[in-house]
Amino acid sequence: MLTRPPATLVLADGTAFDGYAAGFLPEGGLTMGEFVFNTSLAGYQEIITDPSYAGQVITFTYPHIGNYGVTPLDDEAARPWCRGVVVRDLSPVASNWRSVGELEDYLIAHEVPAIVGLDTRRLTRHLRAHGALPGAFGHGAFDDVAAAAARATGTDNTDYVSSVSTSTRYSRGEGQRHVVAYDFGIKTTMVDQLAARFRVTVVPAATTAAEVLEMAPDGVMLSNGPGDPAALSGLVEQISQLIGVVPIFGICLGHQLLGVALGGRTFKLPFGHHGGNHPVKDLATGRIEITAQNHNYALAADSLERVHVSHVNLNDGVIEGIASPSTRCFSVQYHPEAGPGPHDARYLFDRFAALMEND
Amino acid sequence: MPRRDDLTTIMVIGSGPIVIGQACEFDYSGTQACQVLREEGYRVVLVNSNPATIMTDPATADVTYVEPLDAEVIEDILERERPDALLPTLGGQTALNLTMQLVERGVLERLGVEVIGARPEAIATAENRELFKAAMADIGLAVPESGFAHDVAEAVVIAERIGWPIIVRPSYILGGAGTGIAHGFEEFRRLAAEGLAASPIGEILVEKSIAGWKEYELEVMRDRADNCVIICSIENVDPMGVHTGDSITVAPAQTLSDVEYQAMRDDAFAVLRRVGVETGGSNVQFAVNPTTGERLVIEMNPRVSRSSALASKATGFPIAKIAARLAVGYSLDEIRNDITKVTPASFEPVIDYVVTKIPRWAFEKLPGASSTLGTRMQSVGEVMAIGRNFAESLQKAVRSLEQGRAGFALGRDEEFATLSDEALMARCVTATPERLFALHSALLRGVTVEELARQTRIDPWFLAQMDEIVSVERNLLEGIDLAGLDRRAWLAIKRLGFTDTQIAHLCDAEAADVTAWRRRAGANTVFKTVDTCAAEFEATTPYHYSTYDDTSEVVTSSRDRVIILGSGPNRIGQGIEFDYCCVHASYALSAMGYETVMVNCNPETVSTDYSTSDRLYFEPLTPEDVAAVIEAEQEACRDGARVAGVIVSLGGQTPLKLSHSLDPAIILGTPVASIDAAEDRERWSAICQRLGLRQPPGDVALTLDGARAVVSRIGYPVLVRPSYVLGGRAMEIVYDDESLARVMNNLTSVHGALAREGGVSATRPILIDSFLEDAIEVDVDAIRDATGDLYIAGVMEHVEEAGVHSGDSACALPPQTLSAPVLAALDDYTARIANELGVVGLINVQYAVKDEEVFVLEANPRASRTVPFVAKATGVSVAQVAVRVMLGETLGQLRASGDVPATTPQPGYVSVKEAVLPFSRFPDVDTVLGPEMRSTGEVMGVGESFGIAFAKAQLAAGTGLPDTGQVFLSLADRDKDHGLDLARQLSELGFTLAATVGTAGFLRAHGVKVATLVGKVGLADLGVDAVSLIASGDVQLVVNTPSGKGAHADGAQIRHASIVHGVPCLTTLNAGLAAAKGIADTRARGWRVASLQDLHR
Repeated sequence: MLTRPPATLVLADGTAFDGYAAGFLPEGGLTMGEFVFNTSLAGYQEIITDPSYAGQVITFTYPHIGNYGVTPLDDEAARPWCRGVVVRDLSPVASNWRSVGELEDYLIAHEVPAIVGLDTRRLTRHLRAHGALPGAFGHGAFDDVAAAAARATGTDNTDYVSSVSTSTRYSRGEGQRHVVAYDFGIKTTMVDQLAARFRVTVVPAATTAAEVLEMAPDGVMLSNGPGDPAALSGLVEQISQLIGVVPIFGICLGHQLLGVALGGRTFKLPFGHHGGNHPVKDLATGRIEITAQNHNYALAADSLERVHVSHVNLNDGVIEGIASPSTRCFSVQYHPEAGPGPHDARYLFDRFAALMEND
Repeated sequence: MPRRDDLTTIMVIGSGPIVIGQACEFDYSGTQACQVLREEGYRVVLVNSNPATIMTDPATADVTYVEPLDAEVIEDILERERPDALLPTLGGQTALNLTMQLVERGVLERLGVEVIGARPEAIATAENRELFKAAMADIGLAVPESGFAHDVAEAVVIAERIGWPIIVRPSYILGGAGTGIAHGFEEFRRLAAEGLAASPIGEILVEKSIAGWKEYELEVMRDRADNCVIICSIENVDPMGVHTGDSITVAPAQTLSDVEYQAMRDDAFAVLRRVGVETGGSNVQFAVNPTTGERLVIEMNPRVSRSSALASKATGFPIAKIAARLAVGYSLDEIRNDITKVTPASFEPVIDYVVTKIPRWAFEKLPGASSTLGTRMQSVGEVMAIGRNFAESLQKAVRSLEQGRAGFALGRDEEFATLSDEALMARCVTATPERLFALHSALLRGVTVEELARQTRIDPWFLAQMDEIVSVERNLLEGIDLAGLDRRAWLAIKRLGFTDTQIAHLCDAEAADVTAWRRRAGANTVFKTVDTCAAEFEATTPYHYSTYDDTSEVVTSSRDRVIILGSGPNRIGQGIEFDYCCVHASYALSAMGYETVMVNCNPETVSTDYSTSDRLYFEPLTPEDVAAVIEAEQEACRDGARVAGVIVSLGGQTPLKLSHSLDPAIILGTPVASIDAAEDRERWSAICQRLGLRQPPGDVALTLDGARAVVSRIGYPVLVRPSYVLGGRAMEIVYDDESLARVMNNLTSVHGALAREGGVSATRPILIDSFLEDAIEVDVDAIRDATGDLYIAGVMEHVEEAGVHSGDSACALPPQTLSAPVLAALDDYTARIANELGVVGLINVQYAVKDEEVFVLEANPRASRTVPFVAKATGVSVAQVAVRVMLGETLGQLRASGDVPATTPQPGYVSVKEAVLPFSRFPDVDTVLGPEMRSTGEVMGVGESFGIAFAKAQLAAGTGLPDTGQVFLSLADRDKDHGLDLARQLSELGFTLAATVGTAGFLRAHGVKVATLVGKVGLADLGVDAVSLIASGDVQLVVNTPSGKGAHADGAQIRHASIVHGVPCLTTLNAGLAAAKGIADTRARGWRVASLQDLHR
């Protein structure tokens, strides 16, 4: 530990933490972003590569990160989009038959800065109490880090989707049904789950509804993605044109955008849901699913008139799913594809298939 | 799915005595179950034979039967109580097996009792390996290649098909008894035969060994709506091949990627659904091939287990409590998370720390037993430690063991330092209790992580973490300017779990200086919280552990608090009885209005249930760790509140040893100086002399010559024992010069019995006392208040004569043969000793009574092992009374309030406590009872006569007395006179007798008919061979009394054969006489079951 450069982490409210710089060491020793925490015990590589973290610094609440190394098989995107990671104990070795390298080397290769050796539980409790906060960290001089923290911004009203979305279409899978998947920051596991059932064409976020319909899809997938849905009114417009025309399944950001297109409104949760243990109840069946989650925004319950709520979070009552049977749309706030996280909700991809069968 | 209103009365079955494989964890789970079911408004009927449990407190259930866990007895109770349902999943393997017996006998069907928690079919599928294997095949899960055999020949055929190495596992066993790995046919045949004998259904699984694979366990819960959650994942540091109860384990899993973990989670749910566990907690064990990731299902338990207790303590998710609610109809989302109070129980706990469990073994008390670990569980207890990383939790766990090691890294280790590299590596490869320290020595010597991983098959991740500790250790050994370290540097050391004492040892500094430098640099101990959610939600339950980080989470309060120091890991000599006392302290203090603070590191116990006390610190019981807790509590006082005191006298030796590091003013009750006076031979003798009390004559010696000189003054036999040891450690009775030389050489040699405990010195001499032969031993428990008033809580007469350790001896309350003058003398002496020592609280005095004369053996001014037994036998909450007295109340006040009876109750029934010994686990250990305690647990039998109570206690202890058949007598010469009485009584009861040549000759000469003459072992010239006779099944009871220790090969073989073939074997004549009385009384009057509530009425 002592051989690493000392570093500090400062939040926008001035709260400071001592740690050490690890991973990629940026010139100037400064990294800014919005700090959030994720409570998953495993799955760090999937989390780091989840494009939904664009603009954010991920604090891992589990202290040991990097234990089982990294493998290209666990990448959720071609590269990480998060701004940085905060870890208490970065593993000195990688031990797992699947591993091809160590996490720290991976962070360096992908230019992801990290800060390690700090009181991550104190940071987590601070974020819990004060909500996700902008801030900065690095091995730069304390005053520089503090100044950077003061000018760091959060994710509100910022469009991160256009930067993480694919620039070109690509196809996967060989199913009978054809699904067009909007890439707002789509995770590889989501594509895999679709491709296991359908012929899927992943399209850039900028694809218009008309262009989608030209591809004669049996269904449209609205993927997960980073940032504030309020900054994405263009996407909502396109989605509105698809509603009622083709079955739609939305996940995470896709769920929020669908909700907005159906007349709903979003709001920002204090510190969001980031982890793999959130209980969600399917109101139709009464069954509880343990879900993977990664979102800071959610649909406001009082804003939904044209749809019914299908799933709720049992921890805090947040809307986790909506459905509009008349227009053959449904969506969930959580991540049924998992990766990382429990597989409890993968049935939703079959529900999507069933929706198309009734077409 | 709401509470089931169609049920009114529910029976809960406990797990019986503490044995290897089934310990306090089932008191924890059973107590939680009873509490929850009563909260839900059900009438709870509890059956458990173990009086030392919290669950058998009359206040825990509505109706409490301390009766043998035997199908016929339970049937009687079911007839009386007519419960609607039976909950069998919280009482370990014992409760499951009993339930299956009741199902098979048709009892439950006849009485209309529904089994809740797990259906009998599900239990059968999980427990019967053949059914389980088929079930796994159904759902496409792989299990190790195997086959079932019902005799050795069948087993050999399977072995030929599978190839070596092969593991043999008996069906329906607990803790892996009778399990072993064979590498060739000879070994295999022996193990197969033993396994077949160990299995109650005479069946073994012959299975390809996957030793060296990684081992994991998932704790799963399922509700009636089919919602499934994982509470905790556990990874074993020791790879497959070591029983999980004997493995060092870590939570959560460290070296599984999420992809692998989620696949394992899917499998675990599939297993639960296929086996058909409808509600409650289960665990599923997996083996993972470290090079391919191939995953096999090893087994599942359709009940709460040792691991679920660990998982509950590790995560803060109370599995047993939730399981009980699920069993009566609730679904997970209808149950609140105790800790957050706002979120439901239908979630999967996440943690932001690492938990390490290390088992504790007792091989030093079991000479002859090999300390190599394998698939048969041998540990008697365990510790758990919580740290923010693995290194910290590992070092905390090591010091929690209380085996003289202040941590994992202590520099040069004499035990390994002189070994060659090859010999050291061999110690790393073979799993033993010391392997962890061999690994340390190897790393310190520079052996690479890769090499160690290759040879030991321990995952390199764990070894690399240990190596990080060692690299800091090396820096410390090389010399560091501790005074000049800054906060960052201190945190880097302290976060790896080093204590100041350990650092001082490595740097050759003073611990106090280390502490001062560290504090000056600003590196302070902080306490974090176990909250089930990694801080995502606010925790309302103050369940803390220490670490080195920025901020502490102990919340201030304005109430006075009392800190209770617990008893640490279970070991022989210090177990659940002391946890019982600590829990009662918490209850009593709570009722008095104090905030209660518990410090302990044993994950099995009720004391470490976070709901037992106001605050729980899951910490090692060392001076440094305890000081940090006391300081944190002092800092958390506001508005004039204070730490009213620390209780050190209820948790056995562990807290007593800590008392010397505490401010005497803060210790509640009897002053530490008094406790020391009673321990110190000279001061104690002086006290006895001053009070005019007789002691057996004796003296101290450092050498064999010295011992001979003492013996020449006091004569044989003598009791020889080291000073300052627990549970009669290395104590022996010596009858002759030859034995004296052997015993003294063993005690004084550098490689002898005390080598690891500091050897012999002027301050730790050998004590030699005249041994009173044929004396009756008596235990007295009493409470004295600060005004000098005394309450005799109980007088217990031992069944075995003085010389058998009191913990291993059966005893009766009230006493059966003591005269009124003797009883009066006992009361008087006890009062005088308590006064002289200034006792405030509990005192236990042991006496020997010979020819109406009372000798004082020893006094312990603290809670004794018998406190819970006395409480159950008399209906007085002895431990709670003691605590109130320690906090300043008087016995007079307590009598006035009805908490203490005016005089000691004279119950109209007899209670017998019997010890339960672990010999079936250690077939090579001689079963003769002696001054060294070896029992792991105890049972209680209650009856209208001594005989019935004794017979019940024997049945409860697992050695039920026969009603007909043949008794084999083999008696030492000095027992022959009394043995004649025994033989006559047995003949009159209709038993035929078998006897060894000498015994038979004596009996026949006195007119007793001996049907079978037994010759020397291995010689058929004079009669049937003793071992063959026992093996033949023609003997129903063995009474074998040895004449001393040493070359008594025949006796040892007789006792060994009895253990192997499950024939009750009594090793003292008094136990034989008690058994005869038990058989006679049982026949004459029959048994009746009675609840404690009725008995105490």
